[in-house]
Amino acid sequence: MSMSSRRDFMGMALGGFTALGGIGALMAMKKTWDPLPSVKAAGFTTVDLAGAEENKLVVEKWRGKPIFVLKKPKDSKPNDRDIVIGEDRFHVSIGLCTHLGCIPAYVGAEKKFKCACHGGEFDTAGINLPNLPPPTPLEIPPFKIDGTKLVLGEAGPEYKKMLDAGITA
Amino acid sequence: MNKELKIFGVVAFFTLLLYWGVEPYAHSQMHKHVEGKNLVYDGTADIEAAEGDVKAKKEAFWADVKKIADLKGDATAGEATFAMCGGCHMDGAANMGGVTPPSLDHAGALYDKNYLIALIKDPAMASNVDHKYPNGTMSHPMGSISSMVSTPQDIANVVAYLKEKKNAHVEPREAFKEACGRCHANRYGKLTQLGELPKTKSNIATGKDIDRMKYDQKVAEEQAAVAAYMGKLPPDLSIMIRARSEHFMHTFIENPQSQLKGTAMPRVGLSHEGMEKVIEFLEETGDPSAPARAMAGPYVIGFFVLFTILAYLWKSSLWRDLH
Amino acid sequence: MARIENAKSIGEWLDQRIAIETLKKVMQTEYWIPKNINFLWAMGMVLAATFGILLVSGIFLLMYYQPGVDTAFDSVNYTIMTEVGYGWLWRHVHGVGASLVFLIIYIHLFTGIYYGSYKKGRELIWLSGMLLFVLFSAEAFSGYMLPWGQMSYWAGMVITNLFSGGSLEAYGLVEWIRGDYVPGQAFLTRFFMLHVLLLPLVIIGGIVFHFGTLRIPHVNNQDGEDFDYAEAAELYKAGNVKESKVIPFSPVFLSKDVFVMGVYFILFFFLVFYKFEFAMDPVNFDPANGLSTPAHIYPEWYFLWSYEILRPFSKDIGLIAFGIAQVIFLSLPFLDRSPNVAPASRRGLFNIWFWLLLIDVLVLTFMGKLPPTDMTFAMIGKVAAYTFFALWIALPFITMFEKKIKE
Repeated sequence: MSMSSRRDFMGMALGGFTALGGIGALMAMKKTWDPLPSVKAAGFTTVDLAGAEENKLVVEKWRGKPIFVLKKPKDSKPNDRDIVIGEDRFHVSIGLCTHLGCIPAYVGAEKKFKCACHGGEFDTAGINLPNLPPPTPLEIPPFKIDGTKLVLGEAGPEYKKMLDAGITA
Repeated sequence: MNKELKIFGVVAFFTLLLYWGVEPYAHSQMHKHVEGKNLVYDGTADIEAAEGDVKAKKEAFWADVKKIADLKGDATAGEATFAMCGGCHMDGAANMGGVTPPSLDHAGALYDKNYLIALIKDPAMASNVDHKYPNGTMSHPMGSISSMVSTPQDIANVVAYLKEKKNAHVEPREAFKEACGRCHANRYGKLTQLGELPKTKSNIATGKDIDRMKYDQKVAEEQAAVAAYMGKLPPDLSIMIRARSEHFMHTFIENPQSQLKGTAMPRVGLSHEGMEKVIEFLEETGDPSAPARAMAGPYVIGFFVLFTILAYLWKSSLWRDLH
Repeated sequence: MARIENAKSIGEWLDQRIAIETLKKVMQTEYWIPKNINFLWAMGMVLAATFGILLVSGIFLLMYYQPGVDTAFDSVNYTIMTEVGYGWLWRHVHGVGASLVFLIIYIHLFTGIYYGSYKKGRELIWLSGMLLFVLFSAEAFSGYMLPWGQMSYWAGMVITNLFSGGSLEAYGLVEWIRGDYVPGQAFLTRFFMLHVLLLPLVIIGGIVFHFGTLRIPHVNNQDGEDFDYAEAAELYKAGNVKESKVIPFSPVFLSKDVFVMGVYFILFFFLVFYKFEFAMDPVNFDPANGLSTPAHIYPEWYFLWSYEILRPFSKDIGLIAFGIAQVIFLSLPFLDRSPNVAPASRRGLFNIWFWLLLIDVLVLTFMGKLPPTDMTFAMIGKVAAYTFFALWIALPFITMFEKKIKE
């Protein structure tokens, strides 16, 4: 090997090896940026549905997001998106409009969610009304039914059924 | 090249000298080395450090302890006697004049036999804090035990029971809670003087967590009681193992007076297993990255060894023609 | 507007717009360094690399550190050390790096003294370097405050107390510096500002200036020889590399730098993973407690020599001595009256002066760590402090009578 090409080879070998180390360092840096275990562990909220009033929206908090909990009016149509507890049907969803993320208000008299930002509307099952900005229904968070309590953040069998049926993401 | 090696030698020499003076030498001058007794609880250190009347009292006491240790203990009889202990040593026990009595669930595993005998016979003497009770052991929170477990045979029986029946496998966390947790919190381990930190939720409308506030108040009141009894609040042990070193913790726990003369901390009487488990928990909360360090170290250093070799080859290929 | 033709490569495209070829020549391939050097000449780049590592590790620490008197300690010792992915690594790297940067600064400094790299046109290199030493000292001190452990608090208390000026009793000044009567929240956040923003910016400026002062006088060499750079450069460019007295910074000098850095990093990471207590003193693992002073307070090792100069004297004299000791190294180019630029081994009495100074500073360092209550240590420290000043006073006289070395 000629001197100058040997030099170049060594230089490139060193450069390549250093780049490997650089990649390792970048991987460590990526891990440093990850959410902390305590943050991920705090992602479980329990909601007691026992004393809920019909057609009155309750807003809880889960992972920093608003959660709509609505005891559906007795006359509303049953829907596969409903959470059934005994005789009652509940609508539970992440309270962020699927258009651009504002929090819609619930208008009990009209039995629908109305978003002030761009006019989007959702029915009592959280399904977006046609010909309006929101493209999809309100998202349902992972949940588990525990008697009359709902544990948000844990994927129970009813939630898994919804996932399989393509009802929610 | 030779010249460079010589220069490197000089630099390395002065660097190592600097390190020696600033670390090992300075530390040896500031902290006299204390040797433990390898967890043998026969009062040797106590007697050595004592003078006059106190020395004689201690000699007599530990001689008595040895006599009791030589007796054969009956665990079945001991079980009956032990029932009396449950009055104070139970879950949810009340604070007794400053400290809440610890759980004895694993006392047989955690504590040394001789120590247990000594403790039941005279808690203040056994834990080497008798200097705090000039009016005698009856004023110690556990002082009344001499009226409940009075004869040497009784003591031998109870200790035999503990050693036989209260010696199940104990996790490091449990060991810490039983042996240390009544006085020492460990916030990194999520432990307070009242035990495990409960999971609570804030009121969504006000943002306040009333359940947690109530718990914090109870903890504060317990801490006040302990601090009043001890003279000051025993420190949180979350990171104590890094603040003091394992050797210090070992000798300190075995005999607090050896490292901090006059301290209010009682000797805890840990057995080898007890010490191992407690130190393990302290390492868990105080230096949890130790395993990750041990794993990553060889790879990172190995990387740089290879790096240096490649760098040397590149460097010499460039410098070869220059001389 | 330059004449722009179609560029045939990215390099040519950049060169047409920002003269990248000229930049490369000026900064790298035709930046001439003497060939007659040893590995000590790499210390500058080792320092730059360490500073870079401190900056990067600092960035990741900064993501999780909380500068509150109630949250700082746990944000470091719990969140960063136990929860953050590789948080322990950045913390260890930052702590060890802060200590090693001073080891290398001292090696770099004493190399400069030994080879006379502070005289005859190189005074500004020396002065800008000493300025960087002062800036790094301030950076280290401010950084040490941040974990808010016992040592952070009490070192902060003691060092800011110095500004009361002894008999001047300028307590108002001390309170102004602290922003409070004692080190507290105001103190912590302002030192956080200094450590994370102001001082790093000034240091970067200082490094650029330090590099700038090197160009005209050129880097020194092992014999202190002053030779014709233009001539040497021509020889090298003509291919006569063996006879030329210079080498280009890149790739030749850089390759030596990189090798030395490799050896350094082996030591560096060995300390990071296995032996870091010297850089992370146990006393600072106790949370700060304004009502309880630790049995032994001492600064980090790199401040011990000047801390020791403060101690043997009475209050006012000690402060004056301490003040002089901080700036006396700056006067080196002016106190050294000899025209010789040569390694100390060839400079007669100056050689003895050099080794005495080095040993004296080491002794001061050792004594600075030890309790002053011990009579023997206090006496040794006193003698070493007097020796320090005697050496500096003697320097002009020693060098005035130094025999001029024949070129």
